[in-house]
Amino acid sequence: MNRLSPFNVVSLTFGFAFLYLPMLILVIFSFNESKLVTVWAGFSTQWYGTLFQNEAFLDAAWVTLKVAVMSSTLATVLGTMAAYVLVRGGRFMGRTLFSGMIYAPLVMPEVITGLSLLLLFIGIGMDRGVMTIVLAHTTFSMCFVSVVVSSRLSTFDRSLEEAALDLGASQFDAFRLVTLPIIAPAVISGWLLAFTLSLDDLVIASFTTGPAATTLPMKIWSSVRLGVSPEINALSSILIGIVSVGVITASLLSKRHAVRVRREEQAAQRVT
Amino acid sequence: MRRFVLIAVPYLWLLALFLVPFAIVFKISLSDIALAIPPYTPTLKDGLGALLAGLDFENFVFLTQDDLYWKAYVSSLQIAFISTLVTLLVGYPMAYAMARAPEEWRATLMMLVILPFWTSFLIRVYAWVGILSTEGFLNQLLLWLGVINEPLTILNTNWAVYIGIVYTYLPFMILPIYAAIERLDESLIEAAEDLGCSRLQAFWLVTIPLSRNGIVAGCFLVFIPALGEFVIPSLLGGSGTLMIGKVLFEEFFSNRDWPVASAVAVILLLILIIPIILFQRNEQRQQEAEQ
Amino acid sequence: MAQTVFAPWDDPQQKPLIQFVNVTKRFGDFVAIDNLTQDIYEKEFFALLGPSGCGKTTMMRMLAGFEAPTEGSILLSGKDIAGVPPNKRAVNMMFQSYALFPHLSVWDNIAFGLRRSAMGKDEIAARVEEMLTLTRLGKFGRRKPHQISGGQRQRVALARSLAKAPKLLLLDEPLGALDKKLRQDTQFELMDIQETTGTTFVIVTHDQEEAMTVASRVAVMDEGRIIQVATPEKIYEAPNSVYVADFIGDVNILEGTAKANGDESYAVDWGNSVPAIAASQRPFSDGQKAHLAIRPEKIAISAERPADAVNAVQGKVLDIAYLGNLSTYHVELPTGQVIKAQSANTRRVSRRAYTWEDPVWLSWSATAGVLLEA
Repeated sequence: MNRLSPFNVVSLTFGFAFLYLPMLILVIFSFNESKLVTVWAGFSTQWYGTLFQNEAFLDAAWVTLKVAVMSSTLATVLGTMAAYVLVRGGRFMGRTLFSGMIYAPLVMPEVITGLSLLLLFIGIGMDRGVMTIVLAHTTFSMCFVSVVVSSRLSTFDRSLEEAALDLGASQFDAFRLVTLPIIAPAVISGWLLAFTLSLDDLVIASFTTGPAATTLPMKIWSSVRLGVSPEINALSSILIGIVSVGVITASLLSKRHAVRVRREEQAAQRVT
Repeated sequence: MRRFVLIAVPYLWLLALFLVPFAIVFKISLSDIALAIPPYTPTLKDGLGALLAGLDFENFVFLTQDDLYWKAYVSSLQIAFISTLVTLLVGYPMAYAMARAPEEWRATLMMLVILPFWTSFLIRVYAWVGILSTEGFLNQLLLWLGVINEPLTILNTNWAVYIGIVYTYLPFMILPIYAAIERLDESLIEAAEDLGCSRLQAFWLVTIPLSRNGIVAGCFLVFIPALGEFVIPSLLGGSGTLMIGKVLFEEFFSNRDWPVASAVAVILLLILIIPIILFQRNEQRQQEAEQ
Repeated sequence: MAQTVFAPWDDPQQKPLIQFVNVTKRFGDFVAIDNLTQDIYEKEFFALLGPSGCGKTTMMRMLAGFEAPTEGSILLSGKDIAGVPPNKRAVNMMFQSYALFPHLSVWDNIAFGLRRSAMGKDEIAARVEEMLTLTRLGKFGRRKPHQISGGQRQRVALARSLAKAPKLLLLDEPLGALDKKLRQDTQFELMDIQETTGTTFVIVTHDQEEAMTVASRVAVMDEGRIIQVATPEKIYEAPNSVYVADFIGDVNILEGTAKANGDESYAVDWGNSVPAIAASQRPFSDGQKAHLAIRPEKIAISAERPADAVNAVQGKVLDIAYLGNLSTYHVELPTGQVIKAQSANTRRVSRRAYTWEDPVWLSWSATAGVLLEA
């Protein structure tokens, strides 16, 4: 019944080719012997070697990782709180402003966010560096977290919490023992989203950083402005590899979990 | 008490780090450039009276006089609009095909669309540099196929910017449209056919109107960030590519003219407010329709 | 009072509107319809009844044109409709989910099919108004589907599918989404509309009461085959198999072996001290396994053994289900078998005649049950 028409097959094939070919070419040419990135001269892993000796890149990678871990963790806590307030908070003063401030950063051009935060940090005389990038990243990624978590919260059966309260749990216990475990997958994917957003960000970090802290995207940016280089290809391939493995593993795990739940449900049905 | 803390913490955070900064941008856009640190005047140190007296719309007047700026706004709008349209034309058939694919494939197809979204934006834009350059893969392929005799200049033109925007924002277009079509009850299409529609008529009269919310959401999700885009025009566009995000960045870092950069940001924000409000309203309507 | 009974299926002169001729439908290895042959006549209200997965929906979707038979052919007014796509068939369908277009008003939903035909604007408007009146929706034309109640939505779906005056209307569980009270009212409405428009209706349902109420004939289906096609009375009173007897209503099945006991009468040894005497036109050989199906309301319950009873057994009351108008008694026999007997609560008594553990007599006549092959 659900057979794909030839037109659909064609649009999927071309669409995915368009999405994936550029990255594939990038990865293939990271193994190119020649320094010229567009002419194949034989297989080599030398660029990976030079990459790992490049201290500037390694330092930048370390800074980026620190920023990403801190900001995504903070953003997850704040974003989950914000989601809870949005879905369960009921009415309070300035609710419209609050939901506006949650949704607006999602579509705000990065140049504006970056500029405004920089002007704030200068205005209050804060030293710029890792901390200011963390604050900036936390602010915009908490909004993404809260959108992910609130969509899960709003489909969540409220009577589960009420049942916990009815059985004697305190408000906080009900959240900790019932709500949190159920929304945990959304909280985790919110954290991952915040983490990758932070890893990825160039513009906001460029605005809010100081001379002491250079992140990996900033490092990549300053070298790609000079043109294509095989070293950057190698670095990109590593990043693409890490993300692919992460996303594929996560989706396989969740699929396996779904299959297991279904199988257990079927087994339970047979018993009764 | 606990509820108060729960609301107050994220609320104050956003007030301090989202709303207050905008107020500062707005204030500086009304200030004058100065050879000082920070490079504008007046500042809070001058006292409130002097501060208010020192503000004026000079920078905005300047923006209207120098045609670089309004050309940049118009060109940004144009580039964002065309790219959004092309993204829709590429994304809709993909979203449609995904939603009509056998159910067991859909999760995999979804993952394939989302995967690039998780990969670094900068790297994905960078990948096109090697493809679009004069000696790049696209020209090599076209020359080899005999389609062209001379290599085409694509990199550092607006064409490259269009390609870059379509490429990086395609997932944002596909996902909401896919969600809308997938939710569409197949019996509606059958009902349309039963009442005398051909396949194509059923598509126009039922599928398109019912995926409208997805189309609108997808278009805004592409148009809004594309309008303020900085990385793509800087990396793929040429010196002739005028986009407001790029102008702002250069005004700030190269010219160090903070008041003008702030004024540029304020106007960009004003331009964006309309689509952002329309987008929010579309989302709200969709949520109401689901309930 | 001579009234002609509507029974075109008994009249060899009548030409059927729809003919299924040796139709088989397979989905991969799964046989949804198994070599099925069936005629449906004009102006019939034909019900396809069966559990989910019995093939009733597949039959309907083949009539609408959404599925093609793997083998055999389907004729509409004598013409094979195999290659005709759904949008070219003079057949309309009312979907189980109603499939009302959420972006169109009630009025536009009803006009949707008319606009696909070469009908003039005024004609369309007149026809839509006619449909709105027929389904008592006059005031709701401007509303969107989500602004009206479930019962109204059901009527919009009906109006929309009737608007093109199809030769055949297919109804897929049309009342499934309504609550019980509304469903009963709507059943009568459906019958009225079917009568006024003279359209042939084919209804798919898993609700036996609904099928019995509305249909001129009921086809009981199982595993891709039609087990029995007959009027509701015949299906209930003279089921042709244990499956049909069991599927329609409540029934006691006494399993045993038959032995001839005079002309068209058999004694069934069912493990009790006395055999059950049952009349049957269907012949049984001595010692043949047989099932005697008796409806609970055909079994009388009494404190003393009725003097003239052909069949009578003693037992004690195990359970009583009070249903308001009726009470069903579950009576356990000394052999351990449990028999259900029903009696009407004709008087508003405060005291039950029998209560738990009371010894009672159950009795029934020779023609009360149907003797079926095992």
